[in-house]
Amino acid sequence: MNTRSIRKYGAFGAVAIVTLGALSGCGSSGDEAGGKTTLTFWHNGTADPLLGIWQDAVDEYEDAHPNITIDVVPIQNEDFQTKIPLALSSDNPPDIYFNQGGGLLATQVQSGQVADISDLTSDWIGDLGAAAGNWAVDGVQYGVPYASQVVGFWYRTDLFEDAGITTPPTTITELNDAVDKLKSAGIAPIAVGGKDRWPDAFYYNTFAVRECGEDALKKGLAEADLSDECFTKAGQDVIDFIATEPFQDGFNGTPAQQGAGSSAGLVANGKAAMELQGTWDKGVMQGLTDTELDPLLGWFPFPAVEGGAGDPTATLGGGDGFSCTQEHAKECVDFLKFLSGDDIQTKLVESQVVAIPVKAAAAATISDPVIKSVYDFNSEAAYVQTYFDIALPTGVGSALNDAVANLFAGKGTAASVGEAVAAAN
Amino acid sequence: MSSTSSAAVTAPVTAAAGASPAPRVTTRRRSHIRKRLELLLLLGPATILFVAFVFMPLIAASYYSLFDWNGFGPLTDFVGLDNYTKALTDPLFQGAIGHNLFIVFASLLVQLPLSIALALLLHGRIRGRTALRLLVFTPYVLSEAVTAVIWLSLLQPHGVIDGLLENAGLGGLVQLWLADQNIVMFTLFAVVTWKYIGFGIILFLAGLQGVPEELREAAAIDGATPWQTTRLVVLPLLGPTIRIWIFLSIIGSLQLFDLVWIMTLGGPAGASTTMASYLIDRGFRRYEFGFGSAVAIILFVFCFVFALFYQRFALRRDTQGALTGRVE
Repeated sequence: MNTRSIRKYGAFGAVAIVTLGALSGCGSSGDEAGGKTTLTFWHNGTADPLLGIWQDAVDEYEDAHPNITIDVVPIQNEDFQTKIPLALSSDNPPDIYFNQGGGLLATQVQSGQVADISDLTSDWIGDLGAAAGNWAVDGVQYGVPYASQVVGFWYRTDLFEDAGITTPPTTITELNDAVDKLKSAGIAPIAVGGKDRWPDAFYYNTFAVRECGEDALKKGLAEADLSDECFTKAGQDVIDFIATEPFQDGFNGTPAQQGAGSSAGLVANGKAAMELQGTWDKGVMQGLTDTELDPLLGWFPFPAVEGGAGDPTATLGGGDGFSCTQEHAKECVDFLKFLSGDDIQTKLVESQVVAIPVKAAAAATISDPVIKSVYDFNSEAAYVQTYFDIALPTGVGSALNDAVANLFAGKGTAASVGEAVAAAN
Repeated sequence: MSSTSSAAVTAPVTAAAGASPAPRVTTRRRSHIRKRLELLLLLGPATILFVAFVFMPLIAASYYSLFDWNGFGPLTDFVGLDNYTKALTDPLFQGAIGHNLFIVFASLLVQLPLSIALALLLHGRIRGRTALRLLVFTPYVLSEAVTAVIWLSLLQPHGVIDGLLENAGLGGLVQLWLADQNIVMFTLFAVVTWKYIGFGIILFLAGLQGVPEELREAAAIDGATPWQTTRLVVLPLLGPTIRIWIFLSIIGSLQLFDLVWIMTLGGPAGASTTMASYLIDRGFRRYEFGFGSAVAIILFVFCFVFALFYQRFALRRDTQGALTGRVE
């Protein structure tokens, strides 16, 4: 090695040192300056009213707790999918972050970063009712919900009237009937956001809730084994239902929530009559039209399936909530307790962001009769089955959504969803 | 960072200067050191970026790709090359490779002749040349995400495109642009073309600037028709530009992601999945980070091997300046 190359390597070494210095600079975090604790708070309320409600809550909490500063970071809902795994594998995860519980949370718990808050919440978590169970993994509490959701059909009362449908369908036969009537009136009967795939899965999931007895359903999802015959029946139901051509043109390319051309936008603008969606959909629709939707929207639960073993009052649903990470678990729990207080719960209800609050006191303030009927349906439901993609481990859940989306695109058989789940597990 | 870098830079300088014995040597050394310092300053930032954002992630991804790992917790489940065999035998991934190759070849067959033709047209003296040049270049300035969102809304059923076709009496041509599995790749290709044709045109216009006017004149004096001049004089001299365009186009087609992800998410039923969208889908939607890393490495190898061979066999003449040496 001559001097030239030694110098060359020397220079390269210097560059490497600079590089390492630059890289190590990325990892540090400013925190706990002067006895103050800063909490990072990631939520998915990127638009008002939710954005404002969380910000007001944070301001109020900071006023009451001068030693706490909360750094609020609103993040687009879909971005949580990519940001959370990265954050939880880093040394610097958010202290409080949005999630939907279930198998998704169970997967995140494997990172070792999500705090066990069982002891910190034991005095009051019971006040939140059954909803809190979805944030427990093997009996350990890992999060606190602020809202529950159920899936059902939102529909346009005016379009139903135009098509001569007097009462919302209660059985699949009646639903098929309504679809025919809407079609002959020249109205697209049902909008579905097939591009995003998860709205497709709602059909398979709800058909399975209708076809399967509670035990078969819970066992199948707990073991990620959908080989029970009732799941195959649900697959066939989906295929048969798609064959009646109830959906809007090009539904496999339609996004669920973005823009007037989305499935929510189609219903909001009177271009389609129904959409099978979660309770949040009313807020989404209102955001996509200038028409006041309150008098135009109705809601009915997924119709009963003749011959199905499932309880027709059971339903598909889930919830929204927050989890804490290890470092500031105690402060995080205190803040979450504040968020689930009657005051903020009532605000969420009044702004119609949340149809089903986790606190009964807030439910008493529901004024809209349609929202009230959704709330009552949820309260009286035999049970609420968590969305399959959330209930299952994440990889398996996405595989299920993809397999159902394939059915919507005419690919696959009645058993193919179960096979996809088995393959992904 | 700046303080760290200057410290690291000065250290070897003083050490070297202190060791210099005689004045004459010092001057020589000094110019030597200057050169080194210059190199360090010029190459340093790029090297840092390259090491931090290309080299290290590459090493990390190759390591992750050997594990069955969901992104959470330690890497424990070593599976060797299983992820690679799983990816290469998955019909969906094979389909994705096919879709990438479709874009590669369709670009070569359609975009290349089209951009050369338009560039020749815009090179000639026509009215409103500047305005036209600006117009064709505009789509390239838009980000891919913006392009995707615009076309996603234009292409909705009963949307703007359908309306235009119907008003032009071409209602029979209306398709489910994004929802039909047999159509969706053509739709995406059309959008890719719309977006990138301007880039090709600008590149070829620049190449045409370098074709000496005297050669055309000489050809004309020798009695060549305009078509003969173009075919026998201009196009061969445009060779280096064409070769670099092909290189950029193929690499871009292999990495196609943003448009697909926003417009179709790779659907319906995987009909528009590309290698990159497959990788993001598996990695981030299914939390199969080990598997996703394997797919990323496959995609990297694809591009890298192609780039090496292309540099070696197609671009060598250009980089040696054997032909014209004009294209850098």
